[in-house]
Amino acid sequence: MKDFNYHSAKDSKEASKLASSSSAFLAGGMTTIPSMKLGLATYKDLIDIKNIKKLSGIKVSGKSVTIGAATKHVEVSNSKDVKKAIPSLSSLAEGIGDPQVRNRGTIGGSIANNDPSADYPSACIALNATIHTNERKIEAAKFFKGMFETALKKGELIEAIEFQIPEKSSYQKHPNPASRYAIVGVYVAKHKGDVNVAVTGAKSCVYNDKEMSKALSGNFSSSSIDGMDLDSSEMNSDMHASADFRANLVVTQAKKAVDAC
Amino acid sequence: MGKISLEVNGRKVEKEAPDNTLLSTFLREHLQLTGTHIGCDTSQCGACVVHVDGNSLKSCTALAADVNGSKVTTIEGLETNGKMHPMQEAFKKLHGLQCGFCTPGMVMSAIDLLQKNKKPSDTEIRDWLEGNICRCTGYQNIVAAVKEAATKM
Repeated sequence: MKDFNYHSAKDSKEASKLASSSSAFLAGGMTTIPSMKLGLATYKDLIDIKNIKKLSGIKVSGKSVTIGAATKHVEVSNSKDVKKAIPSLSSLAEGIGDPQVRNRGTIGGSIANNDPSADYPSACIALNATIHTNERKIEAAKFFKGMFETALKKGELIEAIEFQIPEKSSYQKHPNPASRYAIVGVYVAKHKGDVNVAVTGAKSCVYNDKEMSKALSGNFSSSSIDGMDLDSSEMNSDMHASADFRANLVVTQAKKAVDAC
Repeated sequence: MGKISLEVNGRKVEKEAPDNTLLSTFLREHLQLTGTHIGCDTSQCGACVVHVDGNSLKSCTALAADVNGSKVTTIEGLETNGKMHPMQEAFKKLHGLQCGFCTPGMVMSAIDLLQKNKKPSDTEIRDWLEGNICRCTGYQNIVAAVKEAATKM
């Protein structure tokens, strides 16, 4: 791994002041460090944001659950408040990686990285999340731009993620047996008036499946999406799963999620 | 370069190290604690698991700078007066190892499990050890060892 300068920021202001075109924020480092070790990314400066107290913690109100960006997966999965308000979000966190990853990895890091197979981006889309940064608030639907790409500008730091509490929800994934990343993951959330079906792992970026959302908004039953033939032309195809298999998995995982709601 | 201050296995250590020093490198090459193994070096195999402030982590995927000021426990820190830790005893008694390469990580990870769940089921043990890979044993005796240790800890 090439050398860099390590900085530990005390607050968001200091963190964004230190940021440049050749820097990265470091939270749990579960992707940043392996990427740097493999030479996929090099930075002059790494700005550690874990010690910024304001970025950790969970707040639950009547309508939403707000999670600080540097909150670890284990904290989300163990939180009684999250379990009570949005149980599917707690079980999603419990299913990320392995215990050591959950002890270090953070929600903000997962979202900022926007891995096409990451779990949390689907929660953001399904639960109509608002991403709070040190500069503005961004709706989840406008945040995830493409593979490993988000609406974040250089030096812009995620501070918290605010999830809308749904009436019912469930996240189901078909994990890669080795990495535990989702080959396909589907987060179904029924809100007052509409249903979101957020899909991860299937395409280059998380998305809300309009066809299934529409069918489920009309009749919230797995029978309404049974046998749906999704267009697989934009789906990922690799050694783990072909595009057609993924298209089929999206429907089966969505059905499982609806039945589990 | 920066100063890394840690408490490793109850002993205070302070050393200068380049900022890109991984915790695994710091333990093995700066402190000569080679019990912590590096297997895949891509945070999948778990041979490098140590405890930092009581929680298990993969030391090949953490910077030494990043855990500055913490208490670190490695496999070398488990014995008391020359006596093995109950988890080590159980691995020995039930043949929870063959070549032994993954064992330091397995043991450290399993101890973290028992800190959080005193009486885990087979499924809970297997779920917990999903980040630790063993290519010799087929895991049966590892699971049996963790269950045995749970009765002694």
